[in-house]
This record gives sequence, structure tokens and C-alpha cells, in this order.
Amino acid sequence: MTIHFVVHEDGDSVGTVVVENVKAGATLTGWVMEQDKTVSVKVLNDIPIGHKVALKDLKNGDTVIKYGVDIGRTIAPIKQGEYLHVHNVKTKRW
Amino acid sequence: MPMDLKNATFRGYRRDNGRVGVRNHVIVLPVDDISNAAAEGVARNVMGTMALPHPYGRLQFGADLDLHFRTLIGTGANPNVAAVVVIGIEPAWTQKIVDGIASTGKPVAGFSIEHNGDTATVMAAARKAKEFVHYATGLHRVEAPLKDLWVSTKCGESDTTSGCGANPTVGNAFDKLHPQGVTLCFGETTEITGGEHLVAARCKTPELRERFMFMFNRYQEIINRHKTSDLSDSQPTKGNIAGGLTTIEEKALGNIQKIGRKCTVDGVIDKAEMPTHSGLWFMDSSSAAAEMVTLCAASGFVVHFFPTGQGNVIGNPILPVIKLGANPKTVRTMAEHIDVDVSGLLRRELTMDQAGDKLLECMFATANGRWTAAEVLGHREFVLTRLYESA
Repeated sequence: MTIHFVVHEDGDSVGTVVVENVKAGATLTGWVMEQDKTVSVKVLNDIPIGHKVALKDLKNGDTVIKYGVDIGRTIAPIKQGEYLHVHNVKTKRW
Repeated sequence: MPMDLKNATFRGYRRDNGRVGVRNHVIVLPVDDISNAAAEGVARNVMGTMALPHPYGRLQFGADLDLHFRTLIGTGANPNVAAVVVIGIEPAWTQKIVDGIASTGKPVAGFSIEHNGDTATVMAAARKAKEFVHYATGLHRVEAPLKDLWVSTKCGESDTTSGCGANPTVGNAFDKLHPQGVTLCFGETTEITGGEHLVAARCKTPELRERFMFMFNRYQEIINRHKTSDLSDSQPTKGNIAGGLTTIEEKALGNIQKIGRKCTVDGVIDKAEMPTHSGLWFMDSSSAAAEMVTLCAASGFVVHFFPTGQGNVIGNPILPVIKLGANPKTVRTMAEHIDVDVSGLLRRELTMDQAGDKLLECMFATANGRWTAAEVLGHREFVLTRLYESA
């Protein structure tokens, strides 16, 4: 089975796309590495390789979790399947 | 079949102080910027020597000057170096560096330019350099136990594949090397921001934890003092962001995958200081690739693991830099820079354990003399860390 994105562990808000040419509307298969299981999500945007897809709906100001740890806060509401990057997430440091 | 690391050996150059190198360089080391021309003049005339030009060494003072001396002495003292010619504008600081390197027992000689001029200095230094090349090329590799290998790591042009592929591969290798008594090092102080609690928890004693947090907070103060924004234009870098990394926290959590899951942090050192026992050391250091790798070389490390996402091309004059990558696009478009391709991890064609072994195989090959991609491509970035302005 082709893996389109990877998730570090259960509970993470995001998955990382690991294949090229992911287009809006595609249903992707993800591998949750820590638990070694697969999940799927329908993407709402084109997402470049290495970039992130939201795995759950997030409200403005929510904490984003990856590796089971806080990686920053949303600055806009983000829907499940939406492209998540610097346009809608910021650092909590500095 | 898993590797038998317990009885593993490599073939290197055993120096008088007991340390073992995997390269046998004769270097021409300028004390200061204005001695670069003479150092390069020697290297042009004497085959088998290499000049290490750099832009600093004048009017530095205090801790910044101490770091300058420590870095140059450490570079000359590194066991990958067989012998050293030091050239400075004046004799006093030149001699200080010569004395520091001489404590290892290796051949070293200093030359100064004032009242001699470049031409006479190059002539005298070249004669000595020729002797050193005959000495170095007469040495032979000998068998040494794995524990005599010192291995450092730092990642660069990271992306999200670094955190799930290349960096945990280094972590897997570190988890296997650590129980064998290998001396290991990581650093990149700012790139731990957001994961500092995880590194602190790995420190072996409360004293080490306190020293680590002191160095972490000291670096945060530098950022806070000088920042004009949230650093989103420099940390993560443009390359990191293009590769999908969004925040410093995300980058940091990927970064610390390099220390594996089991290793304890057994020591904490300041920039270019030398570890005093085996185990994993945290070195307070810049996160800029060439600065950090130069510091690792000055601390005495002889092989370096450099995971990259988007494709950093860095090397070092004396420290072989092994590059590994998991981003399928990078390993395709920049194949000539990648020593170990672990992109199979993201297709589930390779387990983390297999990826770690693949890296260790490359480590042994490199230690035994095979050149890394960065060495073949001529990457010799020698970049000294500065702490503040000159006097």
C-alpha cells in the first residue's frame, strides 16, 4: 500500500506529505509511525511534498501537536484535510 | 543480520596522545586573516598539504579570543591531522597556538610574517611542511576498537522528512554506538527551542541538567537581545519553510530525534571544548552548519553524521561529513551529495533499524578511508564562531 503521508504518533494534529503531486480532493493514506497503523484523510488543497495536512478541525488559537508535543498555535481556523503551514500557524516562542 | 558492534574495529591513525584519526592531513593553519595568503602559498608549493584560510584573529578579546584560540588549537590537535604548520602575523599568538597543538605530541611548527615578509615566511614554512608530508605519508593505519571513534552530528537544510527519516536514523545509530563507549556529540542550541524539556530530561545527573539549561537560556537571551521579529525569516530558514517546517518548535523536535531514544546526555561542554570521557555530549553551539561542524572538529570528533532534508552541501577540511537524506526529491535531484539514502523509510521499504545499520556501514567505510561525497566534491568549509565585535 502506498503511503502518502506520515504521522509521528496518535493524537498529533498533523501529518506530513511524503509523496510528490498531492492534489486537492485526493484521499490519502497515512502511516502512524509510533503505533504502526494506517489512517486516511481527504485533502482540501494541493500540498507539496514535506508539507503538512491537518488531521482534525482546529479553531483559531489552538495548539498544534506533532511528535505528541506543542509546535505552535493556529492564527486562523483550520479544517481537517486543509494545508497547514506558515500562513495559518505561528511559533509560540521568540 | 544485525551488526556485531561489540567486537567491531576500524583502521585509523593512532596519534601519540592515544586518540585515533581517520584522515592524515598536514594542515597549514593561519592564526589570523592577514596570514591566509602565506598559508595558501605554502599549500600551493607543497603537495599533500591543505591551507585553512579564515577571516578572523585580529583584535579579538575576552571569551571571543579564548574561543578563537580553542578552535584553532583544537583543529590542529584533532587526530585527523598528522602535522601542522602555523602561520601568524606576529610570533606571540602564533606560539600560543603551536604550544597548544604540541601538547598532543604531534609535529607542529610556527612561523611569523612581521620582519620576514610573505616570501621568506612561505619559503621557511614550505621546507618544514615538506618534512611533515614525508612524516605523515610514512604513517600506517592500525586496527582500533570502535570506542576510539568520536562521532558528532548536526543536521542542515532540514525539512519535515528530517524529523521522520534522516534524523531518527542518526538517533538509531547513536543508540547503538552509545553502549559501546563511543564518544558522541550533538548541539545546535537554538534548534532545541520547544524541545529543551526533552533534552533536559535525558541529562544523566541534575548537575548536567542545570548546566544544559544554563547554556540553553544563555543562548535564548542572545536571541531576545538582538531579535527584531519572531525570527520567522531566519529560524526556521527559508529552506526549512520551503521544505514544510513551520515553526522553530517543529524544527527542534525533528532536530532532537538525532539523539535517539535511549542515549543519556552524559556531558555538557561549551563551544570547541574537548570531552573528557565517553558517552553523549551536548555542546553549546551555533545552529549554522559550517560553524557547528567546525566546532565539532575543534572538539576532537573524527566522523560526522549530517542528515539533510532539502539538501545542505556542507563539508569540512578535516572532519569527514557523511550526508544522509530521506526526502525522495532531494536524494534524486542532489544524489551526488548524499552518502546514505534512507528515503525507503518513508515508503516503508526500510525499517529504522535497517536505516541505522546502513548509516553505520557508511561510518565504518568512511573511518577506514573511503571519502565522503563532501570530500570528493571539495567542500572544505572552515567557519569560526564569533561571540561579539572586535576591540
